[in-house]
Amino acid sequence: MSEFFAMGGRGFYVWMSYGITALFMVVEVIALTRSKKTVLKRLARMVKAEARGHS
Amino acid sequence: MAFKNSIAWYYFSSPKSFYPLAGRLIPWFWSLSIILLVVGLYMSFFVAPTDYKQGESYRIMFIHVPAAWMSMLIYLVMAGYAIIGMAWKLRMAEMMASALAPTGAMFTFLALWTGAFWGKPTWGTYWVWDARLTSELILLFLYIGYISLQSAIDDPRRAARASALLAIVGVINLPVIYWSVTWWNTLHQGASVSPTMEPKMASIMLTAMMIMTFAFWMYTIAVVLMRVRRIVLERESQTSWVKALVGEQVENSPAGEKQ
Repeated sequence: MSEFFAMGGRGFYVWMSYGITALFMVVEVIALTRSKKTVLKRLARMVKAEARGHS
Repeated sequence: MAFKNSIAWYYFSSPKSFYPLAGRLIPWFWSLSIILLVVGLYMSFFVAPTDYKQGESYRIMFIHVPAAWMSMLIYLVMAGYAIIGMAWKLRMAEMMASALAPTGAMFTFLALWTGAFWGKPTWGTYWVWDARLTSELILLFLYIGYISLQSAIDDPRRAARASALLAIVGVINLPVIYWSVTWWNTLHQGASVSPTMEPKMASIMLTAMMIMTFAFWMYTIAVVLMRVRRIVLERESQTSWVKALVGEQVENSPAGEKQ
C-alpha cells in the first residue's frame, strides 16, 4: 500500500498533480451548487417583494 | 428530418426550453463522467505498466494530456458559441460561451500545473519559457481576460459582444499551441498522439488516456450545463417563466432552500 503511494520515489509529483486536479474539480462543483442556491434565494426574495408590492 | 431538426434547434435555443432540457441531461453526464473516471483511474494506476524510461511519474500524463486537450477544445467551442451568439443574436449561445469559460480556465491551469509537476522529475525544472508552455499560459490569460471583460461590463448584451470579439481573436492562439512543438525547438516533447501518425505509446496507455479524456469531457458538459442554468436564471430573472419557476420553489420550501 505504502509502495503504491510512494510511486517509485515520485509520489510527491504524482500526488500533487492528481490531488490538485481532484480538488479543483470538486471545488468547482461545490461552488456551482452554492452559487445557484444564492441566485435562487435572491430571485425568491425579489418575487416575494413584487407580490407584496402588487397586493 | 432536416426540417424537424431545425425546429428542435430553434426550440432549444430559447432559454425557457433549454433550462429544463439541461436539467434533465445533467445527471446523465454526471453518471457517464463518474463511470469513465473510475475506469480511467483504475487503468492509469493499476493496468498501465511502469514506463521503462520515466518510471512512475509518467502517470501524470493520464490527467495532463486530457486537461490540455480540454483547455483547447473548450476554447474552440466557446469561440464557436461566441460567433453564433454574435451572428444570430442568440442569447442561449452567448450564455453557453460564458458558461464554458471558467471550466476552460480551470483545465488550462491544471494542464500547466500537472505539466510543472511532470516537468520537474523529467526535465529537472518546473517551468521553462518554451513555445508550448508559453502559448498555453497565454491561453490561460485569454480565458481570464474573457471572464474579467464580461464581469466588467454591466449590460449583458454588450458584455457578450465585447467578450465574443476577444474570444474570436484569441482563436489564433490555438494552432500556435497545437503546432508549437513542430514549429519551434521545444523542451516539451512532440505529439504522442496525432491523427496522421501511429501513436508512439503502448496501446494500454493510450486507452487509459482516452478514457480519462472522455471522463473530463463528460465532466465539462455536466458542469457547464449546471453553470448555464444559473446564468439563465440570472439573465432571464425578469421573465415570467423564471418568476413562475422561482415562485413554485418558494411555495415548496418556505426557506427557499430547495434547488
